[in-house]
Amino acid sequence: MKIKDVQEILEAELLCGDDCLDNDVGGYFACDLISEMLLHIKPSSLLVTSLLNAHVVHTAHVMDASGVVFVGGKKPDETIIANARLNVIPLLSTSCLIYECCGRLYASSAVQENIDPLNGD
Amino acid sequence: MANSESCTPQITLDFPIGEKDFFMAGESASKVKKTLQQLGLRQDIIRRVAIIIYEAAMNVAIHASHGQLIVHVDPEAISVQTEDVGAGIPDIDLAMKEGYSTAPYEIREMGFGAGMGLPNIKQCSDELSIESKVGEGTTLKAIVNFISKTCVEVK
Repeated sequence: MKIKDVQEILEAELLCGDDCLDNDVGGYFACDLISEMLLHIKPSSLLVTSLLNAHVVHTAHVMDASGVVFVGGKKPDETIIANARLNVIPLLSTSCLIYECCGRLYASSAVQENIDPLNGD
Repeated sequence: MANSESCTPQITLDFPIGEKDFFMAGESASKVKKTLQQLGLRQDIIRRVAIIIYEAAMNVAIHASHGQLIVHVDPEAISVQTEDVGAGIPDIDLAMKEGYSTAPYEIREMGFGAGMGLPNIKQCSDELSIESKVGEGTTLKAIVNFISKTCVEVK
């Protein structure tokens, strides 16, 4: 799965990171607690969140996330986007809410990996 | 800066932390991460140090009137120290418990204050010491050792 696949699956707007569209996404992490992000995000994971502040991008950078998806149509201000550009972190905004994002991404990644998501494997 | 024949150079990075300077924590974690990457240190060590910095500096910004973050890199370990002037911690054992938090609502709104900060720091540290006096302030020192005691390869 690549950033451009995520953009398509979530019908998301790319806020920055045009040159990151072919970057690999190694997993997903959906959360609104920064400390949990700092505890659990694995390198190259995509962060899905409804939080909308500078900490999200700092955390994504610190944790080597492959990108950030802001849900519910939220978009961060230009300062936050500029910081993401500086640290080469693609930012996406989708009108989907967090549950739907997770469902779509889980189902799509399961198809790509040729596994049945309902069997949890 | 390092050269290819040296061990990890000894460097010290120093950041002031103001009261409610919430975004300094993430900024300093990002800056230190970049510096440590330039030194060619291992990615897992850098992540642990950056997490400690983020959480420790955030604690100072939230709870103290002001303080300082000092990161020291030497050939054997990286130490992260925060020193603050502030309310102090009345019960350190309680503060270390997951889920315990005295952070106000505005902090929780930002995604912090879930009572995970000190447990996260502990999990990422090889050694952790916290000294605190109520009404005076707190000093936290976390150490992350390089697993190998030999020179860290500098790219």
